[in-house]
Amino acid sequence: MRLQLSDEDVAFRDEMREFFTTKIPQHIRDTVAARRELSKEQIVESMQVMNAAGIAVPNWPVEWGGKDWTPLQRHIWHEEMQLAGVMPPLAFNASMVGPVIAAFGSQELKERFLPQTANLDIWWSQGFSEPDAGSDLASLRTTAVREGDEYVVNGQKTWTTLGQYGDWIFTLVRTDPEAKKQAGISFLLIDMTSPGLTVRPIELIDGGHEVNEVFFDNVRVPAENLVGEENKGWDYAKFLLGNERVGVAPVGSSKRTLAAAKEYAKTAGPGGSSLLDDPLLAAEIAELENDLLALELTALRVVANSADGKPHPASSVLKLQGTVLQQAVTELWVDLAGPDAVATGAGEGSNVPDLARTATTNYLNYRKASIYGGSNEVQRQIIAGTILGLRG
Amino acid sequence: MDFTLDSEQTALRDAVRGLLGKAYGSSETRREITKTDPGWDEKTWQRLAEMGALGLPFAEEDGGFGAGPVEVSIVAEEIGRVIAPEPYVEAIVLAGSLVAAAGTAEQRAEIIGALAEGQLVPAFAHTEPGSRYSESATGVTASGSGSDWTLTGVKEPVLGGARADVLVVSAAVDGGTGLFLVQGDAAGLTRTSYATFDGGRAAHVAFDGTPATPLGEAGVDQSAAIAQAIAAAQIAYGHEALGAMAFALETTTDYLKSRKQFGVPLMTFQALTFRAADMYVSLELARSTVTWATLVLLDGSDEADVLEAASRAKLQVSKAGRHIGKEAIQLHGGIGMTAEYSVGHYMSRLTAIDHALGDGRHHLAALSSALDGHDVVEPLP
Repeated sequence: MRLQLSDEDVAFRDEMREFFTTKIPQHIRDTVAARRELSKEQIVESMQVMNAAGIAVPNWPVEWGGKDWTPLQRHIWHEEMQLAGVMPPLAFNASMVGPVIAAFGSQELKERFLPQTANLDIWWSQGFSEPDAGSDLASLRTTAVREGDEYVVNGQKTWTTLGQYGDWIFTLVRTDPEAKKQAGISFLLIDMTSPGLTVRPIELIDGGHEVNEVFFDNVRVPAENLVGEENKGWDYAKFLLGNERVGVAPVGSSKRTLAAAKEYAKTAGPGGSSLLDDPLLAAEIAELENDLLALELTALRVVANSADGKPHPASSVLKLQGTVLQQAVTELWVDLAGPDAVATGAGEGSNVPDLARTATTNYLNYRKASIYGGSNEVQRQIIAGTILGLRG
Repeated sequence: MDFTLDSEQTALRDAVRGLLGKAYGSSETRREITKTDPGWDEKTWQRLAEMGALGLPFAEEDGGFGAGPVEVSIVAEEIGRVIAPEPYVEAIVLAGSLVAAAGTAEQRAEIIGALAEGQLVPAFAHTEPGSRYSESATGVTASGSGSDWTLTGVKEPVLGGARADVLVVSAAVDGGTGLFLVQGDAAGLTRTSYATFDGGRAAHVAFDGTPATPLGEAGVDQSAAIAQAIAAAQIAYGHEALGAMAFALETTTDYLKSRKQFGVPLMTFQALTFRAADMYVSLELARSTVTWATLVLLDGSDEADVLEAASRAKLQVSKAGRHIGKEAIQLHGGIGMTAEYSVGHYMSRLTAIDHALGDGRHHLAALSSALDGHDVVEPLP
């Protein structure tokens, strides 16, 4: 047992800190610090700066741009990025479809897609959830019927995050309607400019347009766009959802957002007085800091014990508690904004501080965190079943 | 950064687990032993001594075994797994550490070796009526000079105070809070023992011109040594609580698997299994923080860091202990309320640990008042 990082890891941390605080354009980090949405161009620029330095997709195989880093180094990379106010590489590209193509795709698919995916020249969307297939993903009904050297796709996907920017969409489609539900699913890559594919925005409670519905009406997809084998898509999806244990919990961004909240509170009282003089608020912040510490240390335990490559059962703790705390910090921000919290539409000429204007939209927006990626109830089910052996 | 035990540490854990598992294999044994004074088993204490467990944190030149906080944490966690009533944290980590930190070479030679061999059991007499979690002494005052001192006043509750062969006593001196040794048979010492709700013993300890020997230099303020010893004990209590919480959760999940109602195992009901999942979350979060605090103590380069880490661990353990203790009983139902069944005793012990050396609210208040000192909390140096 030892607290200190090795000299090598300290040097690595310094290198990452230096990179993220000096090489990512300031306007991008400022937008994140202001808790405002990044534009498509900002997201692309941020990832391309990382890719140019060779650190956008460290989790990929080395031959496709990955890094031979330890899990701890990847954890440090991810934490330093968030602490510096840098958005992690687009998850659909870097954590989802990229690793799946690298692991299961043909050589031709790899060459065709991986370099452009790492550089965000192709923006990927995720086509998994459907109106009747949310937490119960395997009940999906979108079909792909083989006709010659094409698949004909019909159905609907939903909750497609940032699908309005998407160039391509990776989908789970039913290729064998007779098989039991997990067995008849395939992993298919679809060009979003294909005839018959339409994207419709879903407005959310925060007023934003972040997710979409995607409709497939006899969309013809070349059979070569199938990843791996037909009817093995569920295995690839499980790999996609389960192979990542670094960055499961957004520790660094919650720490940064909480630190900013504390700073804001120092002058947010009447006449510029400190709200931290309120012992209830001070205790709430201190407890959040302590809970984030426990979460960060748990994440470190998970990455430090991940040599065998299997998902660590405590990953579910990270997703569950990570989103609980992420949401708690967004809630704290609304409390700090107080009466100013209503001023979400304020523009020039308003006296309301910018961070008070974004507090409530973020709070409402982040209700999503405990729903996506396996809802927190699904995580409890995994903990109870897989770890504690409580199977109903 | 490494959170895993090495092979020697794993062997120590297995040995202590074997010993205590045998000694407290059934909860009935513990009930019997805690019924009569001193509330713990002298033979088990001797076996722990023979294994080397009692001398772990002390320097070899003082008669200890030169191990450290990690080894102590391993023993404490195993104590917690069976809620062994032996005063490991109280005698070794708290009273023993004070002697090791503040005592003269002669005092260390006299006490540490005998403590490690199980021949002498000390207790720290510190808490005073109405003083809550203060780390200073005001109610017991010391007067004298050189090596010739007397103490007057009352300490209560003093854990293990009546059985102790020697008391390490905090007392008000001119410069602050000093430390003194009082022999169990000293004149003017009155000890009244009583049972505590968790099966332990505490005492009302009255000093009336009782002869005392300064621990270390006479009449000087020992607040820093007291604070460090308390922090080490807070962290060790955290490990004891981890052992207790882990067992309480295991017992609860076993019960959910085996107990049938409405013709099906209780684990059929998601309302119950989700609560067990939340108990696991609490346990793992507490485990992370407490283990980290032990590593901060092991690093030991900054005394203020150790105090802060101990507060952080104590806060997390307080929350987790209350959560797991209460849920363990509720998920069992009526059987969890009975003295015959083990799980209720675990909640009792967790409650006692919570309120020893500062409960969660106390430590949260300390952390709240120090919010300004940092931007974010950085766990690694």
